Amino acid sequence: MSEGGGSFTLDGQVIAFAPGQTILTAATAAGVYIPHLCAHPDFPPHGSCKLCAVTVNGRDGSACTIEAAPGQEVRSDTPELHEIRRVLLQMLFVEGNHFCPGCEKSGRCKLQALAYDLEMLSPHFVQFFPHREIDASHPEFFLDFNRCIMCELCVRASRDVDGKNIFALAGRGRESHIIVNSPSGRLGDTDFAATDKAAEVCPVGAILRKEVGFATPIGARLYDQAPISQVDLQVDLPGREK
Amino acid sequence: MNAPSAPRKIRIATATLGGCFGCHMSLLDIDERLLALVEIAEFDRSPLTDIKHCGPGVDIGLIEGALCNAENVHVLREFRANCKFLVAVGACAINGGLPAQRNRFDVGDILKKVYSDAPDGRSRVPNDPELPLLLDKVYPIHDVVRVDYFIPGCPPSGDALWKFLTDLIGGRTPRLDYPQFHFD
Repeated sequence: MSEGGGSFTLDGQVIAFAPGQTILTAATAAGVYIPHLCAHPDFPPHGSCKLCAVTVNGRDGSACTIEAAPGQEVRSDTPELHEIRRVLLQMLFVEGNHFCPGCEKSGRCKLQALAYDLEMLSPHFVQFFPHREIDASHPEFFLDFNRCIMCELCVRASRDVDGKNIFALAGRGRESHIIVNSPSGRLGDTDFAATDKAAEVCPVGAILRKEVGFATPIGARLYDQAPISQVDLQVDLPGREK
Repeated sequence: MNAPSAPRKIRIATATLGGCFGCHMSLLDIDERLLALVEIAEFDRSPLTDIKHCGPGVDIGLIEGALCNAENVHVLREFRANCKFLVAVGACAINGGLPAQRNRFDVGDILKKVYSDAPDGRSRVPNDPELPLLLDKVYPIHDVVRVDYFIPGCPPSGDALWKFLTDLIGGRTPRLDYPQFHFD
């Protein structure tokens, strides 16, 4: 259907798209932000976080996986969809241990920035307070699984770009968790390197470089002054380091 | 003798449960605006007044800190019973914050580790009956009572508190500006 490209409307605005583009990529290219978390411009869509939920011709779906087609009527900036997104964020927050004041990612964390932009005032649900481990065995990086949202960007980056297959998702449902592919299960026993794509894709504070924490003062961090809906339209270009 | 009485002042109560008083420091950070505030408001129970119990007829109750022990729960329930609007102020009240970092451990193990594992082997776990018992876990306040408003931040800035209070007292839906909206 979209062989020759065309245009659809997003909240009434006409968005042109090229063949193969999804609603999310076409909207981003046109300078319109649709909230998203597990989608990344350098990777095929994953469709797991559902933050990019939009209404297409009356039906809800993920903007990152639905191919743009001529004549689609897409709604994104509505109170109903924002409420759905807020609830999804609240569930992500209570499922892990997201203690922002003690996190080096604070101020440049996509989960946090979306919560700011969508005005998530409280976690609402009962906190799980799960028991999760920290892996500091690697000399240059540490893993804090308390903050992992299982978007699998590190899995995809290590497998598809770095060719190392260092990360994988194990378990099911509430027991899902990221594991490290080494005999000891420790990151220090892999060939994970600072130059890896997997070292830069984590949207939260689960994969962090050592010895550089809190280097940027509060007020000067990525999302301190402007919301993610403005900042990421500038930053979210393919190949740009986050 | 029959002079018109001044309009009733808004009553504000504040308390710190398991918190660091940082949110109260932020309240003091509204600086000279405190003078404008006390023109229209008076404080009920608060560290600023040293009143020990939250009385009836309070309009706005500001709660800082998480629920860490039994006394915290009593104070919170007293606030809920007496305040028209109850506000969770700061990270600890909203999601447990720093105190909740103990939730991955068993509270008995913590007491043993802190008080018993001394080099001389003597147990010093405090057992004075006046001490409130620790809860098994640290809880955010909305786990126990209904909360009307949340002001995130660790702590929220004085400007954020001022924006919230002026919105609420002015009859508007309280809303923080983007730079005031933060979790850290």
